[in-house]
Amino acid sequence: MLVLLGIAVIAAGFLLRFNPLLVVAASALVTGLCAGIEPLHILAAFGKAFNDSRYVTVVYIVLPVIGLLERYGLQTRARALVTKLRGATTGRLLLGYLLLRQITAALGLTTIAGHPQTVRPLIAPMAEAAAPEGSDPERIRALTAATDNIGLFFGEDIFIAIGSILLMKGVLEGYGIRLEPLQLSVWAIPTAIAAFVIHGTRLLLFDRAARKATR
Amino acid sequence: MIGTNLVYPVAGLTFTAFALFALRDRRFGSAAFHALIALSFFAGDLIGDIGNGVLVLALVALGGSGAMRKSPPRDDRPAPRGNGLFVPALVIPATALLGTLLFKQLPGLVDPKQATLVALTLGVILALAICLAWLRPSPVTPFAEGRRLMDDIGWAAILPQMLASLGAVFLLAGMGNAVGGIIGHLIPGDSLFGAVLVYCLGMALFTMVMGNAFAAFPVMAAAIGLPLLIGAHHGSPAPIAAIGMLAGFCGTLMTPMAANYNLVPAALLELKDRNGVIKAQIPTALPLLAFNVLLLWAVLR
Repeated sequence: MLVLLGIAVIAAGFLLRFNPLLVVAASALVTGLCAGIEPLHILAAFGKAFNDSRYVTVVYIVLPVIGLLERYGLQTRARALVTKLRGATTGRLLLGYLLLRQITAALGLTTIAGHPQTVRPLIAPMAEAAAPEGSDPERIRALTAATDNIGLFFGEDIFIAIGSILLMKGVLEGYGIRLEPLQLSVWAIPTAIAAFVIHGTRLLLFDRAARKATR
Repeated sequence: MIGTNLVYPVAGLTFTAFALFALRDRRFGSAAFHALIALSFFAGDLIGDIGNGVLVLALVALGGSGAMRKSPPRDDRPAPRGNGLFVPALVIPATALLGTLLFKQLPGLVDPKQATLVALTLGVILALAICLAWLRPSPVTPFAEGRRLMDDIGWAAILPQMLASLGAVFLLAGMGNAVGGIIGHLIPGDSLFGAVLVYCLGMALFTMVMGNAFAAFPVMAAAIGLPLLIGAHHGSPAPIAAIGMLAGFCGTLMTPMAANYNLVPAALLELKDRNGVIKAQIPTALPLLAFNVLLLWAVLR
């Protein structure tokens, strides 16, 4: 029961706005000590898991290419491309990106897009360029990042070999329940459709609000 | 076999370059931070578990103390090149796509577990080669420009790895059983809807704390999914697991702990509000969470 203090540390650290790195390290220490684990053993477990999860941080190797292309005007070209498209609006553009992201993620192609690879250099400048004069760029950029996340999260679980499906299969097997990945992934389809409808509606409503605000 | 033996040294070299540029600007905190990440990529398997633990403590000290400073802003130049710039930008996703599909046919060449990472790495190398051959910048320019973006991200870059490690400590400490013990008392009587509601909300809330639905699932499965939904209510395991996980994803949309999805893009897009992306996601996440609760309830009824 005492180990629940570890969660309390995270919640308190959050509310008091401490740096999350410090909060996470403190929570690991408190949780481990409350469970009666030796401090050096906690340090070793933490270090091992950190080393085993290095693959998460690999994605930043795209930054040199993206940074270089931006210096030669990639964002400007992306904007110019959209202003030539008749009928392009922020909402319609992001709706198309949402659909594309969901479908490709459902095919297991989760790394072909993302915040460093596509959102910052391409999609965000396009979404801004498609908005009427005088729109708030901050809000459009936030909505673009949100659209990427929502498309990814509610597409990827349809793919049978994605991490979360394999995790569920593994956990259930531990309890003697054997399932095929496909049995799990078909249940991601209703929520994927709901996510497209809910977020898509918001995107189109954004267009209407933007037109009204700048008229 | 090609796998992390290609990917990690490339990542190590990239972070070494970021560290050297920070050193040149006399930003010693950032230089040390990026040098330690480079060390982790090069030598993480050689320095032992305690060594990695000490490395993490040093990263936390640097990232948590405000020792990292941003690089000075630079003026954006006008666009001297045409739509050809899209080619290298699209080479990365195209190579990632083709590589992932191709490497499945060549299981002896590329470690199948690392196929996407290897494909992404090859895409980056190819795009960089095209840029260097075509645009002819100084070879250090890509890393100088990349460093600018990396500085925007700052300490948030290692938060996902930190949370994965916290999850390992939680597992060791038996956090799942402790949470399950408490949550079990929250469900009124033998109400199916109550059990579904607490299960889905528990997934979302625990995901918000841990920044990751993967950490929440084993806990909530042990606490409610198996004993109540599958056991007492004889529910089918597949929708219980799958929809529960998606309820957790709704939580991911609402927490700064999911740094790589929520904080990193806010930094990359230079938003003034660090929580701007989360605020843009909440109006989608909440109705979708409600949908998942109703869907699971309808399926199990």
